[in-house]
Amino acid sequence: MSDTATQERSEWRETAVTTLLAIVLALLIGAVLIALSYQRSLDSLSYVFSYPADFFRYSGDAIGTSYSAMLRGSVGSWSAITETLERSAPLICAGLGVTLAFRAGMFNIGAQGQMIVAALAAGYVGWTFDLPAGIHLVFSILAGVVAGGFYGGLVGLLKARTGAHEVITTIMFNYIALLGILSFALLHPAFQRPGQTEPLSDRVRDSAAYPTLGDLHLGILVALGAAALLWWILERSTLGFQLKAVGSNPDAARTAGMSVPFAYTTAMVLAGAFGGLAATMLVNGDRFAISSTLFGTIGFDAITVALLGRGKPLGTVLAGLLFGALQVGGRAMEATSVGTSPDLAQVLQALIVLFVAAPALIAALTRRRQRSAPAAFAAKTQEEEA
Amino acid sequence: MSTSMSTTAAPRGSEHDVAVRDRADVLRQIKALVVLGIAAVLVAIFALSIDNPTVYWTLERRATPDTRRTLDANVVAWSAFGYLVAALALAAFNLLRKGWVSGLVFVGAGLAFYVGFLMWFFADQRELGGIGAISIVNPLPQTVLYATPLVLGAMAGVLCERAGVINIAIEGQFLMGAFFASVASSAAYSAEAGLLGGALAGVAVASLLAWFAIRFQIDQIVLGVVLIALCLGLTNFLLGQIPTARENPALASYLNQPLTLDTIRIPGLADIPVLGPALFEQSLLAYLMYASVALVAFLLFQTRWGLRVRAVGEHPKAADTVGINVNRRRWSAVLLGGVFAGLGGAFFTVGSTGAFDQNPSNGQGFIALAAVIMGRWHPVGATVAAVFFGFMLATRDQLSVLTKIDSELLSAAPYLATVIAVAGFVGRVRPPAADGQPYGKA
Repeated sequence: MSDTATQERSEWRETAVTTLLAIVLALLIGAVLIALSYQRSLDSLSYVFSYPADFFRYSGDAIGTSYSAMLRGSVGSWSAITETLERSAPLICAGLGVTLAFRAGMFNIGAQGQMIVAALAAGYVGWTFDLPAGIHLVFSILAGVVAGGFYGGLVGLLKARTGAHEVITTIMFNYIALLGILSFALLHPAFQRPGQTEPLSDRVRDSAAYPTLGDLHLGILVALGAAALLWWILERSTLGFQLKAVGSNPDAARTAGMSVPFAYTTAMVLAGAFGGLAATMLVNGDRFAISSTLFGTIGFDAITVALLGRGKPLGTVLAGLLFGALQVGGRAMEATSVGTSPDLAQVLQALIVLFVAAPALIAALTRRRQRSAPAAFAAKTQEEEA
Repeated sequence: MSTSMSTTAAPRGSEHDVAVRDRADVLRQIKALVVLGIAAVLVAIFALSIDNPTVYWTLERRATPDTRRTLDANVVAWSAFGYLVAALALAAFNLLRKGWVSGLVFVGAGLAFYVGFLMWFFADQRELGGIGAISIVNPLPQTVLYATPLVLGAMAGVLCERAGVINIAIEGQFLMGAFFASVASSAAYSAEAGLLGGALAGVAVASLLAWFAIRFQIDQIVLGVVLIALCLGLTNFLLGQIPTARENPALASYLNQPLTLDTIRIPGLADIPVLGPALFEQSLLAYLMYASVALVAFLLFQTRWGLRVRAVGEHPKAADTVGINVNRRRWSAVLLGGVFAGLGGAFFTVGSTGAFDQNPSNGQGFIALAAVIMGRWHPVGATVAAVFFGFMLATRDQLSVLTKIDSELLSAAPYLATVIAVAGFVGRVRPPAADGQPYGKA
């Protein structure tokens, strides 16, 4: 018993160290990019052999300014922390949806589509009805969660019934949601903001907004609750056991008497529901009006969050917080005199996930002795079929 | 067209044992009946709702008052209906079984539905002053144009996955290919140099993919997603570093003002009606696309190299046992795929619009990935899937000039059609057995 506990603890440490090293490595590469994108250090490159100090001075300035702006912009003040948390909340929820699907052996690229449909449903309830404050919020969130679950469940049902590959269907459903459903809805009187000709929705009423603490809306607490719920589902419930069994070996699960179609459908319903919850962070939390650009790359970022989280709810929360901070900090970086492009945040995200996924690379680069390959999480390729 | 695993339909050729049919065969017949029935009913509704049956059409890319001709929509729509009813009757007597003849009948049924739909869509137009009604034009040139990057990307996917390396990162290869094609074309002042630059960028991403997947054995799904994110971020970042034409016109023109490829018309072949202008009046990239399909199919199925690549993708241990260097084969397949994906990326700059703008491929790499899976990891199958998708996009463009259908429904239709095709007619697919599994000696 104590053996496994020790082992677990050492695995934990291994994971933490690997992740930290990955972040450091990514920041190092980012530093090179910052230096090379700063005009003054580029200019000094032309005489770098005769007077190298200039290049290093200017580069050091640029890197220092950019990274300290990033740090201050993401966690340096209460308003920065507020912004980071609000940015992280939808990333965490959507990441949980992707994580859940991974554990059931499916690759859910469809967070974006699920969020779009959910945002419309939550928003519709949020601005159409007139209900008491708390109840209105609950109904609005429920509408979003149900809509997201329905849209995700369609993918699961198609896979279970016809074997249609979820990678194809989620991609197509994203386009259908964005080009079809969303652009139709935003020009429909039930969704379009009154007196608007642009495809832009209303905002939800006050009674359907998440409560706030100062400037911070408390969606982040709901996101943490969702993570706890997912942990319970995966680690403590029969359903979670079934999902994981189907995810790691559908044939064995079927032989053991589990219904593989049921598992696929349920997993995608739940994954879509988490995606739907993510949409409520934007609609009921930040109280954004819905437009075609609202969702940005959250759906795609959710995949990287889930990958960095290694299939674990707690990991997903931490990854979501980190990426939220990077994105908020990325914008702060642009506002400095160096003016580093905020796209650097995206590069950093990708590099961090890449290095975390490559423990062998980290070991080679840092010459650390590797104890054991960290248990590969259940992001099974799942090109294998039931 | 159904893909159920059962192999035995009722034995053909003998008259006495008609009763021996398994359930899958019956289901297949029911499915055919339902699909054909719905199509026939819809076409009948289309035909019945035509009031003014004059429809203009032409086989050229564009209609002019001289080249366009008229036809009677009623006649065409009812002929399509007749064909569908005939196919329905064949299905009712269970004459449409597996095999290429019934496959052709089903393709014909799809065309009949398409034609019936077009008749309804283009009939009853209000004549516009001066130009008259809008004509049906040949959708095939546009189809080939749309399909070009998709086919090239799908070839990259097929090569990688046949060798056992999952390539989600086609989108990333597109982005880098597009960016560096633009840079190379601008710097060398030649669109062909742009193709070279695009191909090299595709190979660069492919070597990252191979390096991490084969040397460091990263989970390949993770790797693909990460590479896309990396390429997206990197191209945006690099684009931000290029000064705009106003800030520094000289530098901007060297970096992001590419020449685009000219249309090359092949004399003789381009004069073939319908197909000629579609296939043989395209840019160099389209011809490279045809060649790539032939090349990939030839390499994979006719050469020793291809046999070994497939062996490595199906059962690496067995391949290793007979002396094939598994990881070297994988490297070569992934790198060759990178050439095609990079060329596909070049389409988005030097092949079409010119200068690189943020995220020009806009998810097309994912559609190429879908085409790989729809085409069952076969170069020809993937090409058919990609061309089907290109056709849907071209049809969408053609229909968008009229307002008979909601534009939102119309723009979602290609994706909806793909879902229907995948769920209804492709179904369960089986990837190469060792797809995504790294191989290393313990």
